[in-house]
Amino acid sequence: MAEAIQKTPLLEVRGLKQYFYVNRNFTVRAVDGVDFVIYPGETYGLVGESGSGKSTIGRSLIRLYEPTAGRILFDGMDISGRMSKGVQKRLRTEMQMIFQDPMACLNPRKKVEDIIALGLDIHHIGGSRQQRRETVKSMLDKVGLAPEHANRYPHQFSGGQRQRVGIARALVMNPKLIIADECISALDVSIQAQVVNLMKDLQQETGTAYLFIAHDLSMVKYLSDRIGVLHLGHMVETGTRNEIFENPVHPYTKSLLSAIPHPNPRTEKKRVAQGYDCVAEGVDYNAGAQRHLGGTHYVLATEEELAKWTGC
Amino acid sequence: MSEQTREKVLEMRDLSITFSTTAGPVNAIRGVDLDLYHGETLAIVGESGSGKSVTAKTIMGILDKNSTVNSGTILFWYTRSDGTKVEVDLARLGKKEFRQHINGKRIAMVFQDPMTSLDPTMPIGKQIMEGMIWHYNTPKGEARKRAVALLDEVGIPEPAKRMRQYPHQLSGGMRQRVVIAIALACDPELLICDEPTTALDVTIQAKILELIQHIQKERGISIIYITLDLGVVAKVADYVDVMYAGKIVEKGTIDEIFFDPRHPYTWGLLSAMPDLDTSDDRLYTIPGSPPNLLHPVLGDAFAPRNIYALRIDERAEPPMFRVSDTHYAATWLLDSRAPKVEMPSELKARIERMKKEGL
Repeated sequence: MAEAIQKTPLLEVRGLKQYFYVNRNFTVRAVDGVDFVIYPGETYGLVGESGSGKSTIGRSLIRLYEPTAGRILFDGMDISGRMSKGVQKRLRTEMQMIFQDPMACLNPRKKVEDIIALGLDIHHIGGSRQQRRETVKSMLDKVGLAPEHANRYPHQFSGGQRQRVGIARALVMNPKLIIADECISALDVSIQAQVVNLMKDLQQETGTAYLFIAHDLSMVKYLSDRIGVLHLGHMVETGTRNEIFENPVHPYTKSLLSAIPHPNPRTEKKRVAQGYDCVAEGVDYNAGAQRHLGGTHYVLATEEELAKWTGC
Repeated sequence: MSEQTREKVLEMRDLSITFSTTAGPVNAIRGVDLDLYHGETLAIVGESGSGKSVTAKTIMGILDKNSTVNSGTILFWYTRSDGTKVEVDLARLGKKEFRQHINGKRIAMVFQDPMTSLDPTMPIGKQIMEGMIWHYNTPKGEARKRAVALLDEVGIPEPAKRMRQYPHQLSGGMRQRVVIAIALACDPELLICDEPTTALDVTIQAKILELIQHIQKERGISIIYITLDLGVVAKVADYVDVMYAGKIVEKGTIDEIFFDPRHPYTWGLLSAMPDLDTSDDRLYTIPGSPPNLLHPVLGDAFAPRNIYALRIDERAEPPMFRVSDTHYAATWLLDSRAPKVEMPSELKARIERMKKEGL
């Protein structure tokens, strides 16, 4: 962890805003000024409830949306504005995405081999037919599938296996950053653990960085080095895993943590989850600024709010 | 609740169900016994494909057309509005009687995805009133009044205004509250919750679970929870049935299952829970995958994934061994001739820690 901080960031996001114009009078501010950095080889967990803008961030980063404002630096290239052909090509190969629903994101009419090799084909880096087949085979092996699976169609797989195909497709390009957008929420709990373990192993092997987007904090804890908590398009608290889990400051982070059911019947029966309502508590995110709490721990608050939250 | 006052609501004995598919018959439920008492909560836990949803659907009488009930009885007791006690066998009941007397009226169900279980073309008020009008011939005005009261009970603000709104105008949590209101509309004796919170955010999940708990306390209804999240189980359940490959492999009170599990599959499930207190680098996973029930199961279905499997597991299916009056487990490890096998030490340490926390 300590050496990671001294490295130059792989991805640097400054003041990212993503608005959606619904009509003349109404704009959805899905992401409203978010800053964070991801270092090479680490996992950054992005958590928040649905509608907090976490998926939007992922999609803006990989340029599925046009960011409204802000700068995104990826491996030294500016990828926020208009991109040159070369920059675009590097972005499309070095940043990959794993989607939530493994059935919806795999073309049902293509064989797994062609799905995995699609990126290679598009960028003409697959080599000869034989080499391409070898690459796919080694990829399948890496994600724990058998070589004979290459000739099957997505519907012939179970949910966990499909997600492995999704991971193989992302990894085949040798990306520096993989955006995993709720990639385990559609799976069974026991399969989730398998996929999370696989992602961890692959990270150790290839040194890829992950942006792990999820609402399940217990899985985020297993995978992430650093965590950002997002609410209503604002990054309300950021820090390392231990800082967030052992010393949460923002009431929203606290409510998220208290909402996780503890698998212990003795304590869980009587426990009532903490609620949080930013309107009722009079918290205005636009008024707050990022306050430093020590280490890499920051919270979005005004002076009075910070005093209140840390005081009690 | 003492033993004497416990009143049985549901008793399932030796239920077996086969689905005929293009690939051949699939024996999805292979002899399930289940008991539920008045005012208590039973959680059925298992991986997808273990048959827990099929069990619930059988109780509700909404099995798919390609299914046949091979054997078994499901006795259900309820009180008619005139106070007489009635006993029915749900496994033998015709579809018409099911719809007239049971569905929605005595047994109600909350489904996983609130978007697909609500009618998108109907205002939610009308959907809540529908059951009351159909089952009890409630006058419309009165039904409306009760629907508003129900919406208020499930914690929806401005209930009178919400009555006219459509499902797409509500958030996921609100929709699930509406589904719960519909389920409660006819005062059912038994509520089946089939993964009621898997489609929801954690913060909303906690609120919905607390709502169901609160309703149970107020109304004293019996609840069957179907889930694979052991955190949810810990929060709501009195009794737990662990299901694997169409059979119940371990059943007991919540404390017995969490603090004194006996079946290796339950050990695996408990070890696989992500725990906020441990800082292991890897999550525990049960090796392999559940068996394909297309092929007949010989011996113990869990044996191929079980590192503690004995030789007999390949030949004979273990019976339910009694651990205590409420605690049973189907594993040969409990046989008197079996070698002594302890649960994994990591799990033991974890249970010790959980016990300490509770004090």
